[in-house]
Amino acid sequence: MLETSYLIPFYPLLAFAVIIFFTRWNEKVSTYISIAAVLIGLLHSIGVLIAMIARHGTPLEMIAPFVVHPQLKLEVGVWIDPLTAVMLVVVTFVSSCVQIYSIGYMHGDPRVSRFFSYLSLFTFSMLGLVVANNFFMIFIFWELVGLTSYLLIGFWFEKKSASDAGKKAFITNRVGDFGFLIGIMLLAFYAGTVNYQEVFAKINEGAIPSGILSVAAVCLFCGAVGKSAQFPLHVWLPDAMEGPTPVSALIHAATMVAAGVYMVARGMTVFSASAEASMVIAIIGIITSLMAATIALVQNDIKRVLAYSTCSQLGYMVMALGLYGVDYAHHHHSVGYYAGTFHLMTHAFFKALLFLGAGSVIHAVHTNDIWEMGGLKGKMRVTTVTFFIASLSIAGIFPLSGFWSKDEIIAATVGHPVFMVLALLIAFMTAFYMFRLCFLTFTGEPRNQDKYHHAHESPKTMTYPLIALAFLSITAGWVGIPWFENGFSHFVYHGELHEHHPSLLIMFASTVVALSGIYLAYLVYHKKAISADALRMRFLPLHTVLYNKYYIDEIYEYLIIQPTMAFARGLWWFDAHIIDGLVNFTGWLTVKWSDLKQLFDVYIVDGAVNGVGRLFMVLSWIFRYFQTGRVQFYALVVVASAVGVVIFKVTPEGFYYYLGGVLVIAFVSLFLRQNRSEEVDLTRQSEG
Amino acid sequence: MMMAYLALAAILFSIGMFGVLTRRNAVGILMSLELMFNAVNINLVTFNKFVAPEVLTGQIFAVFVVVVAAAEAVVGLAIVLLLYRNWQGIDIDKINIMKW
Repeated sequence: MLETSYLIPFYPLLAFAVIIFFTRWNEKVSTYISIAAVLIGLLHSIGVLIAMIARHGTPLEMIAPFVVHPQLKLEVGVWIDPLTAVMLVVVTFVSSCVQIYSIGYMHGDPRVSRFFSYLSLFTFSMLGLVVANNFFMIFIFWELVGLTSYLLIGFWFEKKSASDAGKKAFITNRVGDFGFLIGIMLLAFYAGTVNYQEVFAKINEGAIPSGILSVAAVCLFCGAVGKSAQFPLHVWLPDAMEGPTPVSALIHAATMVAAGVYMVARGMTVFSASAEASMVIAIIGIITSLMAATIALVQNDIKRVLAYSTCSQLGYMVMALGLYGVDYAHHHHSVGYYAGTFHLMTHAFFKALLFLGAGSVIHAVHTNDIWEMGGLKGKMRVTTVTFFIASLSIAGIFPLSGFWSKDEIIAATVGHPVFMVLALLIAFMTAFYMFRLCFLTFTGEPRNQDKYHHAHESPKTMTYPLIALAFLSITAGWVGIPWFENGFSHFVYHGELHEHHPSLLIMFASTVVALSGIYLAYLVYHKKAISADALRMRFLPLHTVLYNKYYIDEIYEYLIIQPTMAFARGLWWFDAHIIDGLVNFTGWLTVKWSDLKQLFDVYIVDGAVNGVGRLFMVLSWIFRYFQTGRVQFYALVVVASAVGVVIFKVTPEGFYYYLGGVLVIAFVSLFLRQNRSEEVDLTRQSEG
Repeated sequence: MMMAYLALAAILFSIGMFGVLTRRNAVGILMSLELMFNAVNINLVTFNKFVAPEVLTGQIFAVFVVVVAAAEAVVGLAIVLLLYRNWQGIDIDKINIMKW
């Protein structure tokens, strides 16, 4: 199993190729090929995970050289360690659920085959990203997931908002990727290699100057900021909800957005070598988390609430990893690394479940607005139950998986009181907005009778994945119960293994916070003991700011997009008038110059040629009269010439007089004779 | 004495030349040509007699000229005959197809 783990990404790649090239015309076959490929990948990944547990997490590396150069060595390789193994299972499992779910959700869409081929391509890219053993490979797959994300967000490209959202996601990600690439190049330049383990070894040796390392770490983190939708590049994630809901579940909740967190975890040695860089990471994480959570409180679109929730949870993980880096740089050992990766795993399950549940609801009522839903629990039993399980899990209620991972994240903030207070506040808000969503959607009276009337439970292909994910949303966290020997913390860790002692106080605090959040949501949206409208009016300015997402999109619009467009328009003007003007002027000049040359040609060259011709014509008009055809005239010329020669011999001066006289007489007589000459009738010749 | 002969020859030559240049009749031209030949013959004989009487070069040359003139007259008359056949006449002025 382990030795063949490099095959895992190739199953979906093969499915993608087969669908695109052969079975595109047959939706059913394409669907089954795609699902079969990802299920094989899932089985293989589980095998890898079991094998990895069996060998107690000893990593395995397989390398094939790609570019060998004295200054830089690029290779294609696979690095399998516990983190990789866990991520493989998470990615293939969520992908399997989502693909099975898509059978029902995408039913009747005109481009089902293409949808599944994209999903396969995405799964390939994500798996490649996970198993990569060097920064070069992770960057390639990093861009590939960005591409598939773009393709899938804009899957319904007939909608302008969808194609715009795709562009926005791609471009925003490119901003972060630019930093990522610079970070990789810095590391490659100073370490001479891009292989993780070799780079880490160089860092541990202290071969890279600490200043450079800090810059490289922040640059690398830029990539994670883009991909994991961290402030200030988070703006694409809510818009990405324009894509089909299964895509939102797979890419924009469970896997691709986790790539940034995964990369930070993978490159923890780089980040933890610089306390400053780690602090930047932690601060960005907490800002994102707080901002997204506050925005999620007031959004009305079910998928947008979930999108901001995702943003917030990712910020949580990033913060935990950043705090771990800070502690590590100061030679403490916190639970941050384990907390971040653990939450990455549990979050993937329950957030995918939330999105798929939301998709099920949207499928039933054909709207995203939670104010048009309500009372769906009677009609959609499976969806309701699984959605509540996921919400309890994300809120952090004992003993669901979210409880265990969220606790660890809060435990990671020990020693950083500001972070701890904010983390608890975010946990409270998370519980509140999730249950606001639950109560508004599933309980109470239906607010739109028409839509309620048409609502129905989704088909089995959609509900079974919900149940499977619900099962994992409950149980996935149990592997990390801190009292267990050889739990998650003993499997996935960074550096040396350290014992962590569970803190009942933190568990108690987080549970109280979560329960109070749920209770408040219950009071406001279920019991209606507190009026939501009154609350809104009370905090109207705050509500407006939150509802408009802190105006960040507008700020970008005015600060970046408008100036860029203006600049582009300026360049366009320059292009159209100056560059084109120059080109056209050159063309015009050439035309004019050739006109001039044409004149020269016509009047000078042709004139010379024709002039020569004309000269001889004129001369011939004169000299033709010598050819009278009269033999006696010829004889006369001979005689006159002979006489002239004699006269010249005797008196040269007299010769000129003679010559002049002869010529005058000759011309005069010639013209006279010409006029009275009779033409010979040549026809008589033929008669004779 | 010699001058009288030379004068005779010159007059004869001039008469012949005038005839050649002015006669319209082709036969007349040929006849005038004969006059010119004979003027030349007179000259040859005259110079033979008065300049070098001991040799007969001039007189022999004159005899040759007479023979050549006879042959030339034959050719000329043949051409005249052809002209007559083609143009039904021998008026030289009318035969100008060598014109430009």
